[in-house]
Amino acid sequence: MQLTDSYQGMLAETVVWPGGRGDTLHAYLARPLGPGPFPGVVLVHHMPGWDSWYFDATRKFAAQGYVAVSPNLYERTGHGTPEDVAAAVRAEGGVADDDVLADLAATLATLRAQPYLSGKVGIFGTCSGGRHAYLAACRLRGFDAVVDCWGGNVVMAPGDLSPKRPVAPLDYTVDLSCPLLGLFGAEDRSPTPEQVAVHEAALKQHNKAFSFHMYPDAGHGFFYHERPMYRQAQAVDGWAKVWAFFGERLATRA
Amino acid sequence: MCTMIAEQIEIEGSGKGQAGWFVVRRADVSFDHPFHAPYEHALNIDFVDVAQGPGVRVAVELSAESARALVASIQAVLARAEAGNFAIPEDLPASS
Repeated sequence: MQLTDSYQGMLAETVVWPGGRGDTLHAYLARPLGPGPFPGVVLVHHMPGWDSWYFDATRKFAAQGYVAVSPNLYERTGHGTPEDVAAAVRAEGGVADDDVLADLAATLATLRAQPYLSGKVGIFGTCSGGRHAYLAACRLRGFDAVVDCWGGNVVMAPGDLSPKRPVAPLDYTVDLSCPLLGLFGAEDRSPTPEQVAVHEAALKQHNKAFSFHMYPDAGHGFFYHERPMYRQAQAVDGWAKVWAFFGERLATRA
Repeated sequence: MCTMIAEQIEIEGSGKGQAGWFVVRRADVSFDHPFHAPYEHALNIDFVDVAQGPGVRVAVELSAESARALVASIQAVLARAEAGNFAIPEDLPASS
């Protein structure tokens, strides 16, 4: 809670951290000032790239008391404006799931090695980043909570599978290793409410801890305040749910 | 990458990007999230020369309806050029 007489400060900077497969990645790191310990959050950027929205969101998490880090998952495509790099990735059919997981595993390990970390780490993503966050929570170990915001293609038809995305994330649901918060728009086309229902059924089948919220009058990306799809009331409520969920799941036990 | 609907075609021509004219080697066509157009998904065309890096790009983001109209217009113009015995692009010498 912000109080007018309380001190607030953060450090936010670009860092070069280990990525997957022995590579290095640029990442944006924001954390509260002080020794901590603070819980951590890995932010998985969306299809439009490692862009200003994700830099803003990373600082937003730091302002809430988290060590937040967002790795550039398009690093191997080259450097330039986020849009140009993301367009090149889009043309190549996206990044391979295994590459993303390798980068997220390396990011998690490096984050956990920081002296100011409490030991609890969540993962958050929107759009393709929501899908990747879910995939990471299923296939990697070490995350304590996951937030999937409108991640499309968790449920995939056989014809949508490809060498870069050989297995639908839904099929890894049995391996989900931490509680899940999912935020979706009822007017979204990817994921559709029907696909979210399939995902929900699988989570129930495997007795996973999860909470899904389907917002009416919202489509894809309703947090994106610079885009026409922004929905103020739904976004305010969605962010409140994110803070409550991570606040509960990432709190350090006394 | 939420739709993953993308194709790449080799083409010849020139495009004018941020740093001026460049030789276009490829067009990347996708129906996916645009960066600027106010749609959830758009028909995106990037005219690029990959060898020069991701910044060498001419981009358009169109509604599906606009994209279809553009395709029809291109076909109509090329048909008129052929009917008028003008040299259509493939008849021209390849750019260096």
